[in-house]
Amino acid sequence: MARDVQKIVLRGADDHDLTKLAEYEALGGYKALAKARAMTPEQVTDELITSELRGRGGAFFPTGRKWSFVPPKDKLPKPHYLVVNADESEPGSFKDNEIMARVPHRFIEGCLITAHAIDSEHVFVYIRGEYSGPYEILVGALEELRNRTDIRGDVTIVVHRGAGAYICGEETALMESLEGRRGNPRIKPPFPAVSGVFGMPTTINNVETLIAAAPILLNGAEWYKKMSLSSPKSTGTKLYSVCGNVQRPGTYEVVMGFPFKEFLYDLCGGPLHGRKFKAVIPGGASVPIQNMEEAEATLMDYEGFVAGGSMLGSGGVIVIDDAQPMVTVIARLARFFAHESCGQCTQCREGTAWTTKILERIRDGEGTVEDLDTLLDIGEQMTGKTICVLSDSCAVPVVSGIKKFRGEFEALIQGKRFHPVTAAVA
Amino acid sequence: MTGVGSTEPAKSGALYDEIQAIRALYPEDSESAVLPALRLAQREHGWLSPDVLRDVADALETTPAYCKSIASFYDQLHLAPIGEHLVEVCTNVSCAVVGAQQVVEAFESELGCRAGETSEDGKVTLRTVECLGGCGWATIVAVDHHYRTHVKADGVPAIVEELTSGA
Repeated sequence: MARDVQKIVLRGADDHDLTKLAEYEALGGYKALAKARAMTPEQVTDELITSELRGRGGAFFPTGRKWSFVPPKDKLPKPHYLVVNADESEPGSFKDNEIMARVPHRFIEGCLITAHAIDSEHVFVYIRGEYSGPYEILVGALEELRNRTDIRGDVTIVVHRGAGAYICGEETALMESLEGRRGNPRIKPPFPAVSGVFGMPTTINNVETLIAAAPILLNGAEWYKKMSLSSPKSTGTKLYSVCGNVQRPGTYEVVMGFPFKEFLYDLCGGPLHGRKFKAVIPGGASVPIQNMEEAEATLMDYEGFVAGGSMLGSGGVIVIDDAQPMVTVIARLARFFAHESCGQCTQCREGTAWTTKILERIRDGEGTVEDLDTLLDIGEQMTGKTICVLSDSCAVPVVSGIKKFRGEFEALIQGKRFHPVTAAVA
Repeated sequence: MTGVGSTEPAKSGALYDEIQAIRALYPEDSESAVLPALRLAQREHGWLSPDVLRDVADALETTPAYCKSIASFYDQLHLAPIGEHLVEVCTNVSCAVVGAQQVVEAFESELGCRAGETSEDGKVTLRTVECLGGCGWATIVAVDHHYRTHVKADGVPAIVEELTSGA
């Protein structure tokens, strides 16, 4: 089981209090930053491009390439901004919570390295409003750097708190919110690299993405690439936050390509006593639901989850066992998306609401045979037609759920109640 | 406050000064300070009454209507009074599959009010909320914005006792 012990992002956090600057520095903290500042921004970006690190927020865009899109200041003489997306609100995902609470200085080091790479002196960390705990720890860590100009350099880091809106995790909605407006996503183009927050060139990265910059610079891009067990396109490690009906929920860091079956049954301890796994949502609420046949054959990387009928997403693994009615689970997901739709686009505003209404009536034993076709039809209308992907995200678990667990829907429609297994829970 | 109220924007006071300090963190002419300013005002007053919205608007040199348009978008900002304490139970899937609904019902029974309401003595407002990002420690209950983890229905009476005993 040694294969999982490849902690990069959370290295040292089990044995040391890395919220303290002294302990982080004793472990070699901020050395990567010094190394980065001795390099040109282009050299740092090239190293990241070579590492093939891809964005961990869910879209998996190559990080180094994203950094390279910001035009140099002699071509576009405007302030450059780094915005960090710490608005982690995807149901099932709590990895960024762990990062900020346990390794805040490594996170800050990642921010400062990224700022150097894109020639920025302004960093905004947009943290979700509910994360009071991580916010206080992060602010405490920044306070420790108050007199450390050797570390801070000319960079100002402002931690901006949201106030409860899932949609603000979408990068253009996040920028709207950061500018003091309602979190309505923007139409792209223009893309953030040219005209982002405050109309200035902007790079937006997820917390987990830029925290990988320090170990990559210290150990080299080739070292990072070699860790993968599978596809050469997915490099390094990935954090997974595991929750639901499983023995050992929590945050796990494993190398790309780790077998999902071994992950679920060995690392996470398998199902609760007397129960069986029924389904897994491997990447947060907005990725397709996997049945166990798919999940057990999956290798944990970007390509592996796609081949396994789903997506890696944010790495928020929601495990569902045979005591849970799937229709109830899926209806609850739909209600979430209906609650969080910003309402700009008709397909989303109406689609999420009607999907929820129909699913809840099926759940309550009042569904009709036509309802399933109606749901699939609405799902199609909600996909690929809106400003952002919240609409698509609602359709994804619904459509995949009906396809993979149709029997449970039909049984409820035919008037049969769901009978969960009756077993003791350890 | 009764009557017509002051027509002069407030240009001083602790809230005013704190909001000016927040504005200095963002580019000039941006509206970025509105969200932190509303959070700050709510922390001091409990909720965003029309008077409070006007004070925030004055400090930001914008209109109360603009402030309200922002406040109404975000789940954590309250445009109606809430109790002395706020209890928010996550009922999203990760908590739901380990018993969040029973936790909600236990709070309703202990407090004598439904989710979305405030107990009769005005002490506790109970809400059900979307995912709080603590799924590995389900069920998550945020009590005055700080997470209680692994909450089960049988642990609810002790939380309610703690909040209502006046300690």
